[in-house]
Amino acid sequence: MIACSASLFANWLAQSPAAEFPPDMIAEGATSFIVRMLWLIPAIPMVTAGLIALLKQPRRKTAATLAIGGLVLSLLLSIMAFSHVLNSWGHGAATREVVNFNWFDLGTTHLQLGWILDPLAAVMLVMVTFVGLLIFIYSTGYMAHDENFTRFFCFLSLFAGGMLGVLIANSLLLLFMCWEIVGLTSYLLIGFWYQKPSAAAAAKKAFLTTRVGDIFFLLGIVWLFAQTGTLLFYNHGFGAMEPTALATLLAQPAALGLSAATVIGLLIFAGAAGKSGQLPLHVWLPDAMEGPTPVSALIHAATMVAAGVYLVARVYPLMSAGAAPGGSTVSLAVIAWIGALTALFGALVAVAQNDIKRILAYSTISQLGYMMVGLAVGGVAVGMFHLITHAFFKALLFLGAGSVIHGCHEEQDIRRMGHLRKAMPVTFLTYSVGMLALSGFPIFFSGFWSKDAIIGAAHSWPISQGPFFLLIIGALLTAFYMTRQVAYVFFGGWRGSHHTHPHESPTVMTLPLSILAVFAVGLGVLGTPAWPWFTSFIESKFLIVDMQAFSEPGLLPLMGFAILLVFVGIGLGWYLYARKPIEVPVGAPVHDHAQEHGDEPEDTPCDLKDVLESPAPVVWKWLANRLYFDELYAATVLRWYAALAWVSDWMDRRVWGGIVAGVSNSFRGLGLANKSIDSQWIDGTFDKGCEELVTGGGALAWLQAGRTPGYLRTLTMGVLVLAGLALIVGAATGQVRL
Amino acid sequence: MNPLAAYLVVAALVFAIGLAISLTRRNAILVLIGIELMLNAANLNLIAFWRFSPHTAGHGDGLTGMMFAIFSIAVAAAEAAVGLGLIIAYHRHTKTTDLDAMTRMKG
Amino acid sequence: MILGFSLAFLLTAALTIAGALAAALLKNLVHCALSLTVTFAGLALLYLQLDAQFAGFSQILVYIGAVAILVVFAILLTRGAGVPEYRGFSTSWFFGLVIASAIFALLTWAVVRSLPAKSAVAAPSITVQSIGASLMSTYVLPLEIVAVVLTVALIGAVIVAMPESRTPKSEAESSGGK
Repeated sequence: MIACSASLFANWLAQSPAAEFPPDMIAEGATSFIVRMLWLIPAIPMVTAGLIALLKQPRRKTAATLAIGGLVLSLLLSIMAFSHVLNSWGHGAATREVVNFNWFDLGTTHLQLGWILDPLAAVMLVMVTFVGLLIFIYSTGYMAHDENFTRFFCFLSLFAGGMLGVLIANSLLLLFMCWEIVGLTSYLLIGFWYQKPSAAAAAKKAFLTTRVGDIFFLLGIVWLFAQTGTLLFYNHGFGAMEPTALATLLAQPAALGLSAATVIGLLIFAGAAGKSGQLPLHVWLPDAMEGPTPVSALIHAATMVAAGVYLVARVYPLMSAGAAPGGSTVSLAVIAWIGALTALFGALVAVAQNDIKRILAYSTISQLGYMMVGLAVGGVAVGMFHLITHAFFKALLFLGAGSVIHGCHEEQDIRRMGHLRKAMPVTFLTYSVGMLALSGFPIFFSGFWSKDAIIGAAHSWPISQGPFFLLIIGALLTAFYMTRQVAYVFFGGWRGSHHTHPHESPTVMTLPLSILAVFAVGLGVLGTPAWPWFTSFIESKFLIVDMQAFSEPGLLPLMGFAILLVFVGIGLGWYLYARKPIEVPVGAPVHDHAQEHGDEPEDTPCDLKDVLESPAPVVWKWLANRLYFDELYAATVLRWYAALAWVSDWMDRRVWGGIVAGVSNSFRGLGLANKSIDSQWIDGTFDKGCEELVTGGGALAWLQAGRTPGYLRTLTMGVLVLAGLALIVGAATGQVRL
Repeated sequence: MNPLAAYLVVAALVFAIGLAISLTRRNAILVLIGIELMLNAANLNLIAFWRFSPHTAGHGDGLTGMMFAIFSIAVAAAEAAVGLGLIIAYHRHTKTTDLDAMTRMKG
Repeated sequence: MILGFSLAFLLTAALTIAGALAAALLKNLVHCALSLTVTFAGLALLYLQLDAQFAGFSQILVYIGAVAILVVFAILLTRGAGVPEYRGFSTSWFFGLVIASAIFALLTWAVVRSLPAKSAVAAPSITVQSIGASLMSTYVLPLEIVAVVLTVALIGAVIVAMPESRTPKSEAESSGGK
């Protein structure tokens, strides 16, 4: 990752000397300073993560300061970027600016990366850095007693860097790389308390489930690259989201009569579904609550899960390519249905949960479903508006839950809480604001406006009214379960252990709550139909302030109907849970959780039965057990996978191992044969020969007795003989006269 | 009789006596003495032939014989030194110079 | 002039042969060495008679002056505690005698049979100067080689005859192993 940023930085440096640009870096609109500096926004938190990684554990202040400081810098840069885009929008100039550069060359094609600054990215940047900063500050209080404080902030920073990278990426490849960084840090943070087996398992589950989505995502990326030759979103008309490439993709048939554009869109959505917890890849989100509460707030409420929604928004041109006017495409229809089902599912299961964070987790799943539906039926602005508002109030709710948990000394079961509105007033107040926003309480709360926009868009969706019905049931249930949760936690009598005295959390924790509460209320104003600021901004249209918009046909009745649903939900919840204060049942043993601090709250059973449990025990059991999705997966997918693993292991040990052993044994056999030949035949022959030599040598050695006079005599005799021979021969040839 | 022949016969006689010494005496030094006698006999041969052969300049300035003999004297002196050194070294180890007893290399 | 040979020649030859015989037959080693010296002297006289003055004087210088002395030294250095116990002559002395005689017969026969009865050659006139000049020109290579040989022989003889260093190990080796 560091190498990647370094290479990016190096490439950027190499390509932009001093203040001048080569012509190919000028994009739609002149590239201004902030856009050139945009890469700093993710880079700074990543660098601080690296710096913190080098620190030793006891240096908490340094770690926290580095992390918060880095994110503050990113926030300032994001605000600068946002105001720049605002400026361009205000002047009616082009609002999208890209900076692309070559990363490396593959033969004749160049692999390009780049970043983009447009209204969508700008809004997300500000939201992520701002909410992230609040959560960082909150964490300094929440994790103050944890011994792995430094490690926590290192991971948090790294996550922030990765998430911001996802936001500004102009290339699917860069997005994917940062996507994986986000996935990795999510794993690290969910499993932060890795000594707890449930936490380690939850982290693994999260990583593997999102991985399933990521495989499809990668397939989609590769296919897109193969078809269009580019992975950049926008590149002066040659990007993948621009008409030329989209036309290519539409024309290319894929499978089942669908075009390549549709299938690639669905593949990319699969990746988004994994990260954003859509059915059926939602199973990791509730278990991810094993991580510390700030992690849940940051990652699983405001940012990471929103990355999936953001991805769909980014590739929206691809998803919506080829739609007939007034109609929709197959990809968008699929997204709408899956989103609607997820919304309903999440809301249903949340009704029967007893862990404060689980309720919020399922609520997140449900709201993500809403966002997907919003994107599919209403367009980018509708979905993104709900994402922004949801980020604030969900983060608020999670941080509030963290405050409650902290105040009740790590108690997480709502059946063991109660009467906290007196003990933790600030938390209660802010939590209520969040709850009302989530439920969609009218007028003052942002959730109302954003959810209403989605419901309205679903109602006017030409393809089907199915999602609309699912969504309205979901809205009812949302109001209901939130009221239930608030009643359990803050009203009624104290049902916890007698030794625990809940107290308000320190200011460092309650201050972010208050700030978020303000935004949970205030943001609503950006999306009213009369002043559709958000929509106009995102779609770069001119803003028309028009109070007449309220009198659009069908708008007010629908709004009224939604408000009615919310009141019914809240009323039902109040009637069932808050009218009579929930007390500890008479005669039930009180579990002293403070003394059994090491236990999981779920392990020690609570005897308190829910009001809804008796009338519909089977339904309740199904809902409480999350519709048995995890069990289903364990029985099927995991079983098959385990079987596959067993087969592979057997193959490895028996078949491949057997082959290897066979080869090695044959070599050993060869070696043995060689050795026996060598020792028996060759050595034997050689030894025999040597013995013969020795005997012969012994015989010859008799001659070498060292008798010098004898040698001399033999010598001379030899000379004589030779001379005699010479004479005789000479006489025979007539040369010597004898 | 040819004067050359006379010298040659004398040389042959000295050679034979030297050979006899080498072959029959037991002392190693006497063997070396015999060898020296043989060498001297060969020298005499050389000088005799040189004296009674034409001294034309074509054959090595007419000095071949004598040169040969002189070099032979020099080499013989060197060889005597080394041989006697050997005998002395051997004597130091075994305290004997009896050739018949020098059978240490017996296989 | 007996038998056509001058008296000087006959006397010198007799002296040489007598010395050689004495070296062969005497029992005392030192006597042998001294008779060897007499033989050398006789030979030197023979060289002088053959007008090889340089050879004759170098014979005296080298053989009598160096080799004979060397032989005497060697005899003195290898003397045992007294008279050697063994008989001077090897057990198979006759065989050696036979061989020597055969060699002599062969050589003499070859000489007598191959040379004409008489011939007269003028005496050569050479000077030491001419010898020196030819040493430095025609015979320079053998000269240098002989110089090397002499050096090597000198060093070799010294090494061979050098007493071993008196370390306890070598003492034990020399006294034990052999």
